[in-house]
Amino acid sequence: MTRINISKTPKCYVGGAFIRSESGRVTALHDASGAFFANIPQCTRKDLRNAVEAAAKAGPGWAKRSAFNRGQILYRLAEMMEARSSELAEAVALGGASKADASREVAASIERVVHYAGWTDKYEQILGSVNPVASAHFNFTVTEPMGIIGVIAPDDSPLLALVSLILPAITSGNCVVALASGTQPYPSILLGEMLATSDLPGGVVNLLTGLRSEMVPTFATHEHLRALNGVVNAADRKTLKLGAAESVKRVHLLKAEEPIDWFADKKQGVEEIRALIEFKTTWHPVGA
Amino acid sequence: MPKTLSKSNPARELVFGDLWEFDPAPETADPKLKPRYDLFINGSFVPPRAGKYFATINPAHETKIADIALADASDVNSACIAAQKAFVSVWGKMPGKERGKYLYRIARLLQDHAREFAIAETLDGGKPIKESRDFDVPMAAAHFFYHAGWADKLEHLAPGRQIAPHGVVGQVIPWNFPLLMLAWKIAPALAAGNCVVLKPAESTSITALKFGEICQEAGLPNGVVNIVSGAAETGAAVIQHPLTMKVAFTGSTEVGKSLMRSLAGTDKKMTMELGGKAANIVFDDAPLDQAVEGIVNGIFFNQGHVCCAGSRLLVQESIADEVLAKLKRRIAVLRVGDPMDKNTDLGAINSREQLAKITDLVQIGVAEGAEKYDNGCKLPAKGFFFRPTIFTNVSMSHRIAREEIFGPVLSILTFRTPEEAIEKANNTPYGLSAGVWTDKGSRILKMSTLIKAGVVWANTYNKFDPTSPFGGYKESGFGREGGKQGLLDYLMVD
Repeated sequence: MTRINISKTPKCYVGGAFIRSESGRVTALHDASGAFFANIPQCTRKDLRNAVEAAAKAGPGWAKRSAFNRGQILYRLAEMMEARSSELAEAVALGGASKADASREVAASIERVVHYAGWTDKYEQILGSVNPVASAHFNFTVTEPMGIIGVIAPDDSPLLALVSLILPAITSGNCVVALASGTQPYPSILLGEMLATSDLPGGVVNLLTGLRSEMVPTFATHEHLRALNGVVNAADRKTLKLGAAESVKRVHLLKAEEPIDWFADKKQGVEEIRALIEFKTTWHPVGA
Repeated sequence: MPKTLSKSNPARELVFGDLWEFDPAPETADPKLKPRYDLFINGSFVPPRAGKYFATINPAHETKIADIALADASDVNSACIAAQKAFVSVWGKMPGKERGKYLYRIARLLQDHAREFAIAETLDGGKPIKESRDFDVPMAAAHFFYHAGWADKLEHLAPGRQIAPHGVVGQVIPWNFPLLMLAWKIAPALAAGNCVVLKPAESTSITALKFGEICQEAGLPNGVVNIVSGAAETGAAVIQHPLTMKVAFTGSTEVGKSLMRSLAGTDKKMTMELGGKAANIVFDDAPLDQAVEGIVNGIFFNQGHVCCAGSRLLVQESIADEVLAKLKRRIAVLRVGDPMDKNTDLGAINSREQLAKITDLVQIGVAEGAEKYDNGCKLPAKGFFFRPTIFTNVSMSHRIAREEIFGPVLSILTFRTPEEAIEKANNTPYGLSAGVWTDKGSRILKMSTLIKAGVVWANTYNKFDPTSPFGGYKESGFGREGGKQGLLDYLMVD
């Protein structure tokens, strides 16, 4: 007699815990051959608000971690992903990618995490400055995280795009509430499990699955989301920017209707970090 | 037996009141104004298509200074086309080294014409001549000089990435520092290789249009800088024109939000420099006389028409009475009056509308139960003037503690611990600037770390420098002006 598999119930990673949607709704996910794979939580705007609350709790602690410590934790995330890379590749392949392409995406995602792990204690030296003002002041500009960043991932490249949008945010001490690929949400479920074992404090990254149409208006208007980083269509861009105006939210949106090469080197780096930080300039007196 | 001197029994002061008036010390140089100013488009002064002009007045006398062209959408269109043409044919291709030379020329020419610009600024805007002469104009020249040197070094701004100018940049600036805000906008835009269509504020167009004369004198290629004067609709036309790929706005948070909404359906890049309600925090170990000067400078500089004005004084409870007494004594000798007089500390309020807004909020402050004090000085019979005013017994919920008044009105609150000071300082949707007064360097750094604001001044206030990035957190806007951080906002990074 063959053993019956224990199938996994996919859950979203929010506030360091694994949750189902408060709505109790799920969406059936099928693999590339059309066979039933699992039920994915269909999160709501209430789940989004809860996730923002979790991020708000985690935020100050994460921002206060030393740059070195943040780097260690991000590197630990890469270790967790590497150890389960074949599982991640299978998750990416669910959406129809070939085995080789899926493995390539996983490898690039892990390397992206390592790339940002190395940035945590360096971007400040690139982006900040000491400014030679004309008066007797030690004038310097440092960066600070913006706070909670709303991430909206594209449907394609379900792992690499999600990682590319989240990592620059948390590298500098922001927290993230992310909505995963609508058509290929399963890699985000696995990523949540890896985040949970990476020493990243709960609540720093919160991953939701669900319908974009239900969530976008709340991403737009939630005033505790201080910036948006995502890939959306023209109608959603307008909705998000209109909502952002109400609290002068920072908006960085790429176009879903244009192809994006997430593997490109320019899809990572200090400019991506710069987009999600604030600059603070201090005039400190010099002399007695 | 004389009582010993103490805080409660200070040395007696000689108070002469109005016994001896200062002799007038008016600045009399010729500002070289024209009776009528046309639009500066494609290197020439051209009349507006619709032929409409509006009067700009001297707020200190309520007399007309000149007629200013009112640009409509078709004029803005001409300006944008001229800018686009200049970008494609000349400016966008010019080596940075050569662009820089034009900026150096502009800086030098502004210095040559400094007095003329200072007087024009004071006549048109109402700020004291000592400020326009010693701050606005030299600082504007300094911004051009600083950015001139960047023009051939842009690759250092984003190492390893491709950078390119946006093309045509649309800029809308406020009336509080007309020439200086122009410099903050135009200098980095040109250094980065963009061409500019700029709309000055309705009540202060003269120095912007005089700047067109500087561009001519500098031989700046036609169309690189275009100045379109007008009202709010003119500004909206600049911001919304399809050719302006990037827009930069300085003004109120309310208008900034409406501009953001109006651009929601576009891909335009934006920077927003919006309002503020800054906390100026004085600890009990601060050098108090210096702090009082800083409080006065923080709120009464430019009649308080400053987005980063220190309009909320947070003073530690143990020294509150002493600071208040010193502050009142200092305010008593502030001179309000003719902006052209070299002894004037507070000039004219910029416009009748602004005076009405300030008066309104001050009345609300009184009605809400705060205690008002002003120096009771005589005000000129004509013109828009407001006495330096402070409010005590203010609570965080009062409108005068929450809303930007943009006038010479200070709300005073107290705190006991640094934590309480931080909590009060950050309890606002704004986050532009803050001041910290203390003798402890470590406390300065701690406070600076915890205050959610883009600029923190320690034992000083309202200091600016071209190398020092300026700009806000939260609803005070996004993007920076000045320094390498501000310059990069005028480039696309790929």
